[in-house]
Amino acid sequence: MGFFIETVFGGLMAGMLYSLIALGFVLIFKASGVFNFAQGAMVLFAALAMARFSEWIPGLLGFENKILADLLAFGGALLVMVLVAWLVEKLVLGRLVNQEGITLLMATLGIAYFLDGFGQTVFGSDIYKIDIGLPKDPLFLFESVFQGGVLINKEDLYAAAIAAGLVLLLTLFFQYTGTGRALRAVADDHQAAQSIGIPLSRIWIIVWSVAGFVALVAGIIWGSKLGVQFSLSLVALKALPVVILGGLTSVPGAIVGGLLIGVGEKLAEIYIGPMVGGGIEIWFGYLLVLFVLLVRPQGLFGEKIIDRV
Amino acid sequence: MIYRENGQFKTSYRADLQIFPILQDRVAIGLLLAAAFVAVPLLADEYLLRAILIPFLILSLAALGLNVLVGYCGQISLGAGAFMAVGAYAAYNFFVRLDGMPMPLALLLGGACATLVGILFGLPSLRIKGLYLAVTTLAAQFFIDWAFLRIGWFTNHTPSGSVSVAGLGFLGLPVETPLQKYLFCLATVCLFALLTKNLVRGHIGREWMAIRDMDVAAAVIGIRPVYAKLSAFAVSSFIVGVAGALWAFIYLGSWEPAAFNINRSFDLLFMIIIGGLGSVMGSFFGAAFIVLLPIVLDQLLPALGGAIGIPVDTATVSHVVYMIFGALIVFFLVVEPHGLARLWSIGKEKLRLWPFPH
Repeated sequence: MGFFIETVFGGLMAGMLYSLIALGFVLIFKASGVFNFAQGAMVLFAALAMARFSEWIPGLLGFENKILADLLAFGGALLVMVLVAWLVEKLVLGRLVNQEGITLLMATLGIAYFLDGFGQTVFGSDIYKIDIGLPKDPLFLFESVFQGGVLINKEDLYAAAIAAGLVLLLTLFFQYTGTGRALRAVADDHQAAQSIGIPLSRIWIIVWSVAGFVALVAGIIWGSKLGVQFSLSLVALKALPVVILGGLTSVPGAIVGGLLIGVGEKLAEIYIGPMVGGGIEIWFGYLLVLFVLLVRPQGLFGEKIIDRV
Repeated sequence: MIYRENGQFKTSYRADLQIFPILQDRVAIGLLLAAAFVAVPLLADEYLLRAILIPFLILSLAALGLNVLVGYCGQISLGAGAFMAVGAYAAYNFFVRLDGMPMPLALLLGGACATLVGILFGLPSLRIKGLYLAVTTLAAQFFIDWAFLRIGWFTNHTPSGSVSVAGLGFLGLPVETPLQKYLFCLATVCLFALLTKNLVRGHIGREWMAIRDMDVAAAVIGIRPVYAKLSAFAVSSFIVGVAGALWAFIYLGSWEPAAFNINRSFDLLFMIIIGGLGSVMGSFFGAAFIVLLPIVLDQLLPALGGAIGIPVDTATVSHVVYMIFGALIVFFLVVEPHGLARLWSIGKEKLRLWPFPH
């Protein structure tokens, strides 16, 4: 029983991190109808920028304070992501208005290739460390209930807390600020939003910047767990079924979907995996989504798709 | 001046329905085929055949197959690489396990297996649409990759996981040298391109296009979505499967599942988007572009780096190639979202009026 709970906890933690990436997808899809394949590349790019800046900044400015260096690096990486957002809007999306979904999807794939290559050319392609001082020691819970207790990584707990905080922050931003309201208006109806004077292109820059911010946070958390390397950009492929499971247009969906898939794939790997040769984590989420979609084609929380002739 | 259809009158329905209604087009395509079948074997060296022409032909075939599904029927698929893998491994099993199995038959049987798998993974398309469907096709990609990696039976229990074929032949003729391989691929591709062209301009192709343009409206006027969508999945998977088998047998010779991973699927999708959705010609343009671009960049970058005095190591080259590849794709999408095929037809229209602009 202790082992089962441990697995579930592990799944929840992994799921929280998937949700973080999925959140980036949902934000952009809601605001611009673009299915952003580059989210994974953005995570890698942001994490690379963060890791390298925190290495370079103390040398450049000549001080030794680790926390200050990390903060500056965070600010720098955020600035870079805003710049990326601006360039994406100006050079790509602004010129592809009114194109079909698949063309936009391919364009973001092109952006993903570009960011992957550009990031590794500029920042280098070794494995880098991000250390923002999350404690790494394990923590035992429920020792009185089960023999040996339940082992949990403290780092995971902090990561989950950060993710939860981020979601809260985004919710507040969307609900209670003027910009957030404008973003929701654009998400509802582009044309109506434009006709009451909301500037679409600025909204898109903001939303890509927010997605870049989410990518940066996700990149820092994943990077401090696994090290910053190319495989980080493949994490996005694990987050895709999460987005679809929750529904492309739903922020809570991204969270719930992430947790469901995180737990599901960990349990499947441990209890079904050995029967079929292991390694099923990589497709379990996708198959789960396939079956859920057969019942609910718009995902768990997505808006109902109504076809009219 | 030279490209006019004036004076070419059609006197029978047959003449009106032919694939290339303009005489100049027929001459041009005839010359192109003659060049491909006669001039290229005489002139091309081994490197050109092996590194450029054979991959170009096989990937054009795969792109053609994917174009049937995405371009004509409008069902986005991100799992084309997986169907290539099914074709390749099924053909491998038929070829290795059955004694005396002729290669072409093994290739076709590989395509047939891919058809079955394609129909299976096409079933969700009856309920799921658009981007949701695109992601579920990734299920096929990851599941099939995994199956060929982990289930020993598919690879004939090869310990290394890498399988290979040898002794290829066609009707008693060997298909061993690059030249023979090239001719075999060329013949196959021509055959399939002709079949596809005829399918898409027949009634079934029109059903696919109606479904693509608006499936509810198509259903209202009496087109069965089940039949149209699944037939598109079947035809597309068959062609992609045959292309996969060719890729494995003719181009690679020995391969492992990584040869058909998700990047292959993305490449194929790039080919049809850049080439032109819903165009047979476009599949060839796109394949040529995607096959040539990395080769050209690989050659060009070190030379360019040397010229301006910056030594470029191989890792950097591969990253810069990635970068330029991505940037060029975005550039092409921005400049011509309908692909190279559209540029081609605009060019033809212009040529028809030339030298008078109106």
